[in-house]
Amino acid sequence: MVDMRINFAGVEFKNPIVTASGTFGFGREYGEYYDLTKLGGICVKGLTVTERLGNMPPRIAETPAGMLNSVGLQNPGVDAFIRDELPFLKSLDTVIIANISGNTVDEYAEMAEKLSNADGVDMLEVNVSCPNVKAGGMQFGTTTDGVSAVTAAVKKYSKVPVMVKLSPNVTDIAEIARAAEGEGADAVSLINTLLAMRIDTQTRRPVLHNNMGGLSGAAVFPVAVRMVWQVASAVKIPVLGMGGVMDGDNAAEMMLAGASLIGVGTANIVDPYAPLTVIDALGEYLAHNGIHSAKEIVGEVILN
Amino acid sequence: MPNRYICEITASERMTDTAFAMTVNCGELAGEVHPGQFIHIKCGEERLLRRPISICRADADTLEFVFEIKGEGTRWLAERKPGDRLDILGPLGNGFALPESGNIIAISGGIGVPPMLFAAQSATGGVTALLGFRDDDKVILTQAFAEVCDTVRVITDDKGYVTDLLEEELNNGAHSAVIACGPRAMLKAVAEICKRHNVPCQVSLEERMGCGVGACLVCACATQIDGKDHMRRVCKDGPVFNAAEVVW
Repeated sequence: MVDMRINFAGVEFKNPIVTASGTFGFGREYGEYYDLTKLGGICVKGLTVTERLGNMPPRIAETPAGMLNSVGLQNPGVDAFIRDELPFLKSLDTVIIANISGNTVDEYAEMAEKLSNADGVDMLEVNVSCPNVKAGGMQFGTTTDGVSAVTAAVKKYSKVPVMVKLSPNVTDIAEIARAAEGEGADAVSLINTLLAMRIDTQTRRPVLHNNMGGLSGAAVFPVAVRMVWQVASAVKIPVLGMGGVMDGDNAAEMMLAGASLIGVGTANIVDPYAPLTVIDALGEYLAHNGIHSAKEIVGEVILN
Repeated sequence: MPNRYICEITASERMTDTAFAMTVNCGELAGEVHPGQFIHIKCGEERLLRRPISICRADADTLEFVFEIKGEGTRWLAERKPGDRLDILGPLGNGFALPESGNIIAISGGIGVPPMLFAAQSATGGVTALLGFRDDDKVILTQAFAEVCDTVRVITDDKGYVTDLLEEELNNGAHSAVIACGPRAMLKAVAEICKRHNVPCQVSLEERMGCGVGACLVCACATQIDGKDHMRRVCKDGPVFNAAEVVW
């Protein structure tokens, strides 16, 4: 029997698979399909201080082995989340990670204080990497100063471990990760989506109403593995790896690159049962290779 | 309950140059569907996203759906043969709330026509079906509608719009509800006509879709309820909406 448990930044996960923010709502919808307590953790849809309606549709475009999205952080706001969604999530025996996105450093701090004091949030994921909003989001995540400022503010107010979600739309992601670590981040997660665009050649118009969007799915997986490896090699804090993980072998590969936890995102959109399939297949990979504990393979890539 | 089913295709038929009718054997799924709901079909390993397709007819264990070839995914689907299997998620979404009494008008255009057959079949009162097509070559399912409706009126774009027929029908007699499916411009016109005639109207909307289960929030529909704006999910809150709440 393989021990799938992972202790990540002091939080105990029953297995390494976490559903990635933005692909899993607040959990209820997938709860109609399976028992959510089978998941290592649930990372909820990105929250903002006040309600956001998001971008106009179309918000999605298919690409070779992937998709673009430009939802634009549609969410009910942090207070409505705490009131209407958190009690349900709290009732589940799995780790709940609240994802926050601010227009200003103060907004990040405000949300960190509210959420970490709300009963049921086990961890914060700080989104400094959303490509689909005009203010905030990626603007903080593409400079070391921006990441430092947001991380410091969130750490000051948060009572739970803080994980900073990094943007791949940077020149040197390791440098950004070190900036987060330098201000006390307890973990980092990566990658968010890659800024991308599709144009309809007949109408000459972008497919997405927002013109640009974030690329995800199998197409980004090799980029994510590379960045996870670079970041895991650069920092001492643990890494949650995500980006195009579609099956158990992908999860194992990303763990070898240095991720202690694995986010499953776009795969949910294709198959509601994807995270469970990944958990089972990862367990089989480990058992087949005579590995007794999932944590043993983290960062165990053998370099050429 | 919605679930993922692997269904065998039992029949596939080309209806027009671009429209196909396909029947699948799908056990429990068939018995659970309501008119206006849809299924989410995986169209080959090469394409990531499923394709949402509405249901045309259902019996104890088979479903029939009609779709139009619009791109690579639906072309792949059209090439499947009886005996092939499809990965289907469903039933998804909220269907039509059919009134318990009174006559209804079911108005539809183009590839919006097929799901209205299922609705017309399920209606308890009388149904007047108004069907609009681009031209004679695109006309489908009129005989099937004739079998379950009191009145069927068909119009093609060279003779006028299906919304002209709606105006006439509403002027001629009382109806308890209008249900509609078709291109957005048509639905917008239907909504305006129904508002003017003070008849409740439900519209089935289409939007580019992701998960189909209400989690990813890509298939947004702008609505307004009691003066407040809401972005609602076509896949989960819809695809059928109260026309008066949709921001056209």
